[in-house]
Amino acid sequence: MFGDPGSVVQAKRPGSRNTKSGEAAHNTRVIDYRDVTVTAGANAILDRVSLRIGTGERVAYLGRSGAGKTTALRVINGLVVPSSGELVIDGTPVAGRALPELRRRIGYVMQQPALFPHRSVFDNVATVPRLLGWPEERTRAEAERLLDQLELPAATFAARFPRSLSGGQQQRVAIARALIAAPEILLCDEPFSALDPLIRAELQTLFRDATKERAATTLVFVTHDVREALRIAERVVVFDAGRVVADTSAEAFLTHEHPLVRRFVEA
Amino acid sequence: MNELLRLTGQHVLIVAIAVSIAILAGVPLGTFAHRRKRAGGIALRVTDVVQTIPSLAMFGFLIPLPFIGGIGARPAIVALVLYSLLPIVRSTLVGLERVDPFVREAAVAMGMTDRQLLWSVELPLATPAIVAGIRIAAVTAIGVATIAAAVGGGGLGTLIFRGVAMVDTRLILSGALPAALLAIGADLVLTRVERAFARKRGEA
Repeated sequence: MFGDPGSVVQAKRPGSRNTKSGEAAHNTRVIDYRDVTVTAGANAILDRVSLRIGTGERVAYLGRSGAGKTTALRVINGLVVPSSGELVIDGTPVAGRALPELRRRIGYVMQQPALFPHRSVFDNVATVPRLLGWPEERTRAEAERLLDQLELPAATFAARFPRSLSGGQQQRVAIARALIAAPEILLCDEPFSALDPLIRAELQTLFRDATKERAATTLVFVTHDVREALRIAERVVVFDAGRVVADTSAEAFLTHEHPLVRRFVEA
Repeated sequence: MNELLRLTGQHVLIVAIAVSIAILAGVPLGTFAHRRKRAGGIALRVTDVVQTIPSLAMFGFLIPLPFIGGIGARPAIVALVLYSLLPIVRSTLVGLERVDPFVREAAVAMGMTDRQLLWSVELPLATPAIVAGIRIAAVTAIGVATIAAAVGGGGLGTLIFRGVAMVDTRLILSGALPAALLAIGADLVLTRVERAFARKRGEA
């Protein structure tokens, strides 16, 4: 997906670890964790995690607070650097890449909308296209389409400033901002956790539809909410104490026998 | 009256030149202090110490120095730059530090380079704070500039010093009042500028 010759090598690698997870057949474009460890002081936040995610997969990272799922997300776009091991995208380690260029192709949505307060809704959404040097008409057309799809009609909202929007509206702008340049990977870190339950459900649906439409986009979605994970993802990776303790399809999740999964399901 | 206008003009000019130089030096210095905490801390402490030097003593110190010192407008401007630096450096630093870390992270995660982050996110968001620092620097400089007359710097202080020497209260006031009005005027104008920047993003 990043036009990297290394991906050929990747495809030939035998014995991929995730055959059990129903990984997409065309696994040439992957996020590949190779024994990724992240330490803070004496603590391992991630402990020798190995995991592969194929193109277009929709994966949820599930776990309790402090399980390492957010850190696992942030090593993908280089916001966190592994202490040992490496995170490989398309056969090239993130450590060896020019991060700004890589990140322009990876959407990122956090729990906080984190919109630029000094920029209008449109200018917020236009951020990555402008970094990529899109012609302004294309940016405008795409932004309007996306804002409409997320039920923030551009005519009403494009010129407004973030501070005049509700939390749910701001988060929709953040989603539009992450999706506009058709990122090859979309990273979400509990994007709906701060919203009230009704708006959360509404946004989950809008989000699912908007991302399903982009089948080539690989989705990694961090959450501690089982129902949200099953609603949005087709594969669930469960983290506990910095390790992957379960990696299963969404259908098989409910009957998975791992004790932590049982506790999540029964909660 | 003619002399009053001339001296007021001189006063404004000295302050304007000094504050402009302080902005050109202070904003980059504040930005640097934000990026390099340690070196920045030292720079900040130096400007702090400078601020504590009594202004009359500062002008005195400058008299024997070559190039930047001596008698006249030049040492006056140098002293005012030194006094204006602290509020501008500090407000730049504070403005940058107050940028929401999540907003900064979002900018980085979207692929902004360090430079793009600084110019299109951090500095615009710090602008109201920076303008506040410029306002404090300008108001202070207008006051301190009256003392510049002691080293032949000209400005409204000339009337004040002459009035003191002649024990002429009206003469003192003829210098002090315009200086006070200038300070109030600068404060009002720059407060508006500050608000305009804040309003632009719906904060006010």
